Amino acid sequence: MSVDLEKILRPVDRPMPPFPPKHVTVASGEEMVIRQVGRDEIPDILPFVGPLMYVERDFYDVVAARVYSELLAFYRHRMQDEYVLVAQIDGELCAVVNGRMMTEDVGMSLHTLAMRRGLRIGAHAFAAKMEYHMDILGQKEVLIVAESPIGFRRWMIEYNLEKRFDVPHELGGVPSWALTKDLFDRARDTLVVGRRPVPDDLLAKAEAGILPPSDPPTPPEDLLAATRSLYDPTGTALVLSRWKQEGKVGG
Amino acid sequence: MRDVFVVGIGITSFTRLEYPLSEIAAYPAMAALKDAGLRRVDHVYVANMGGGRVNHQTGLASAVVDTLSLTPAGAETVENGPASGASAIKEGFLAVASGMHDVVLVTGAERMREVNNLEATDFVATLTHPLAEYIYGVTLPSLAGMFTRLYMDRYGVTERHLAMVAVKNQNNALLNEFAHLHQPITVEGILDSPEAMTNNPYVAEPLRFFDCCPVSDGGACVILASRERAEALGGPLVRLAGVGQATDTHCIHEREEPTDLLAVRSAAAQAFDRAGVAPSDVDVAELHDAFTILEIVESEEVGFFGKGEGHLALERGDTSLGGRLPINPSGGLKGRGHPVGATGVAQAHEIVLQLRGEAGERQVDGARVGFTCNFGGFGNNVVCLAFVRES
Repeated sequence: MSVDLEKILRPVDRPMPPFPPKHVTVASGEEMVIRQVGRDEIPDILPFVGPLMYVERDFYDVVAARVYSELLAFYRHRMQDEYVLVAQIDGELCAVVNGRMMTEDVGMSLHTLAMRRGLRIGAHAFAAKMEYHMDILGQKEVLIVAESPIGFRRWMIEYNLEKRFDVPHELGGVPSWALTKDLFDRARDTLVVGRRPVPDDLLAKAEAGILPPSDPPTPPEDLLAATRSLYDPTGTALVLSRWKQEGKVGG
Repeated sequence: MRDVFVVGIGITSFTRLEYPLSEIAAYPAMAALKDAGLRRVDHVYVANMGGGRVNHQTGLASAVVDTLSLTPAGAETVENGPASGASAIKEGFLAVASGMHDVVLVTGAERMREVNNLEATDFVATLTHPLAEYIYGVTLPSLAGMFTRLYMDRYGVTERHLAMVAVKNQNNALLNEFAHLHQPITVEGILDSPEAMTNNPYVAEPLRFFDCCPVSDGGACVILASRERAEALGGPLVRLAGVGQATDTHCIHEREEPTDLLAVRSAAAQAFDRAGVAPSDVDVAELHDAFTILEIVESEEVGFFGKGEGHLALERGDTSLGGRLPINPSGGLKGRGHPVGATGVAQAHEIVLQLRGEAGERQVDGARVGFTCNFGGFGNNVVCLAFVRES
């Protein structure tokens, strides 16, 4: 009986051709490999996404919580036609991006979660995701939203996305923006870069295992809590500081 | 005039700070008071450029002096664009040197990340000429881009030289726990690799993304005192030996030779003259590298290298840590960050740290003479400071 119910609950994925891995030299001079991962590697990724749910900065908390749920749903067969790409430097997990095929012609971009910042790693990973929709899946457009101002600058402004405000996006039901094939073609060689094939040694290192991020985003430090408490007649800062020590609030 | 000494220093992280502007100014002041072993000062100068516009905070000095419980000390805000920090130090210097006060506190602060980058760029652009520049869309990056193109044509500076400055300073910032940028970069990654144009796109050609300083929040503080008070406090004796300030035309196009930064030249000469030292005596310098080209040009104008030879010194490694004259060991504006009102004070903070021998991994061995150049406008109001270690 339970097996029959699982057949109903588990979506049947459409065939999706694989993303051919590529590599990019980032600003640090390091070689970053972007490759697709299957369900088997999701448990290796989740432990590095989870802590970011408590980073109340640049909407990392919202994005990480949603990515966690999307990866878990992918792993447990509760999301249809989803794919996940990872960006790695020497095996270190630097970014996770995901999306899904909404229809044959339209892609649904889900999230871009960068775990090392300041080197355009998230932007390279996002570009790879768009490449997958356009060049590999052969779709006509991808629906996109941004949850943070940084994402808005990276996607809506840099790619000059078109408004599709009549179409609610799967993330929060907010108005969608669209990357069309034409816009994507204009971004080739400027925003969408990378080389194939990936040298064997680089790819082998990436596939050998997903290593933890070396410098993941952290919650803002309340460096001034003690100072502020001196001038805070309500004692709010002290109470907040104590709550943090007691684990009653995040950070 | 009396001798003036730096008796206390403090700084915040340069990054995005989630605190009111007055607290960003107060925190480094508390650190500096602790560093000096002081509880009271005679006067407070607060350097800030955009509190009224960006943070809806005016009368900043009044807020800061009360936040620090330093009333009834006198207090005022000093605004001189991106040179506000060094200008405030100059005011403090004059107050002590003249004998009006014995101990003054100079703190600089800016909270620019309260607005987005576009608004922050626009805010800084308000220092340009309102009718001849600003209304045509001029920004500081665009001015710097035009300046760089001209400088390249005239003196043979290339994009590789600019990238070398960016790499040097951003990698110096890795050694500075208070710096904004903590990502190592390489010339390969930002100039030579097939993906370099994407990693490091043009912002205002020929200036690229990594040629420009980040938009930062942050604060820094120095406390100045007379010799008598400094000796009584018993700390290391670092003398603010020379101060110089000069101006140039508001509009760059009115300058006879746009690639000459005459205000830098004049301000530096004044500072060296008053300090009784020469450019060749300097062991370590902090120059205002809001754009990478500025470090090269300022290094020439202040007299470290001949005109048109700054990039050659860079090639030789003279300006790197371990070189003949390390420039911007803190990371400079490029790596440490550029909260405009705080920058001039942060430069002084770094030099004092170096002259005390307390700069850790980025310490310049045996540093005795230090120099700063704080560049306001696009070189139209410049303040230079020379420091000498006495003990």
